[in-house]
Amino acid sequence: MDKFSVFSSRLVDKSENFTSGHRACQGCAEALAVRHVMKALGRDTIVAMATGCMEIISSPLPLTSWKVPWIHNAFENPSAVISRCESGMKAMMRKGKIPQKKINFVAMGGDGATADIGMGPLSGALERGHDMVYVCYDNEAYMNTGVQRSSSTPWGASTMTTPGASWKRTQKKNIVEIMAAHRIPYTATANIAFPEDLERKLRKARSIRSGLRFIHLFASCPTGWGFAPADAIKISRMAVLSRAFPLYEVEEGERYTINSGGDAPVYDYLRMQNRFRRLSDGDIAMIQEHVNREWERLNRKARG
Amino acid sequence: MAKPMEKITWQELEAGSVVTEIGNARQYETGSWRSERPVVEARQCIKCGVCWLFCPDSCIVKAPDGHFEADLTYCKGCGICAKECPVGCITMISEEG
Repeated sequence: MDKFSVFSSRLVDKSENFTSGHRACQGCAEALAVRHVMKALGRDTIVAMATGCMEIISSPLPLTSWKVPWIHNAFENPSAVISRCESGMKAMMRKGKIPQKKINFVAMGGDGATADIGMGPLSGALERGHDMVYVCYDNEAYMNTGVQRSSSTPWGASTMTTPGASWKRTQKKNIVEIMAAHRIPYTATANIAFPEDLERKLRKARSIRSGLRFIHLFASCPTGWGFAPADAIKISRMAVLSRAFPLYEVEEGERYTINSGGDAPVYDYLRMQNRFRRLSDGDIAMIQEHVNREWERLNRKARG
Repeated sequence: MAKPMEKITWQELEAGSVVTEIGNARQYETGSWRSERPVVEARQCIKCGVCWLFCPDSCIVKAPDGHFEADLTYCKGCGICAKECPVGCITMISEEG
């Protein structure tokens, strides 16, 4: 599947709740990711967003790209802020101060805000069981401040803090498994190259009305990863087809469903990006081995 | 904000950095960033909407006859639409001259 299925655009919501005029780089897959997330969630949504690229590009005062109530938080705070927001709104509804309505409470953060800095408050919100959706958009480094490594950066990637030949030598943190271990109702991975799958997962997350639902959303970054802006979707798609980022859902922390296939060699995915240019063929073989092992592990869990 | 962004002085900004108007970023025209523009060959277009689906700036609009075109006020010229078009009816043309 080199080109995208032409039928898919009919499965996607037509509303636009994230407007043009935002200041993302050319070919920013995260801006596209946020656009599709907001399409799927609709207007009855309150968003708390951590510091990061999406906050910077979408809300330069006095302008905003958002058509929903939106609040900017410090790095670690979105899950704490939106859980208080949810409790407050529920209390106001119970007392009859505002009309009863179904509202989607959404926290968003990048991979740094989720896997590194905001991990504690997020785990707290999971434990308290607030009715909210957490969307983590993952571009595998701190892109906003100039491509510093995060714990979500994969093995072998060069960043500003792991430059050149001293590329990162630890594996990517598996945030989905950490979330699933909290036994929350719904955890899923999504990819911007498969928008109909992404919107289906968000609609499913929206329809569950108890507990925190977590979406791990993969989006490529032309500036940080080093590729031409036009290739943004192609590279995101290759991440899935090479099994480096498999698409799957976890319900109640135990029922695994795998949504993606593909058996492209991971070599094709890595060689498209400048951040992996220093890896030798031997290093890439090691990455392939790791990807195969993780895929096997995932399949074992899906079989139950 | 009813006024255009350039006319607002700092005294008129609301306390607490609150923006009360939704989606007013449309005042900021990102089309000036562009170095290449997408040109659609309308006869070849199969009206599938894949370009609309993958535009990060949501600047692709449907023309009255059903084919899709880029709104050049916001198009940053990233070229994703040209790359992803299943029939290859979009070409990127340099803005110079």
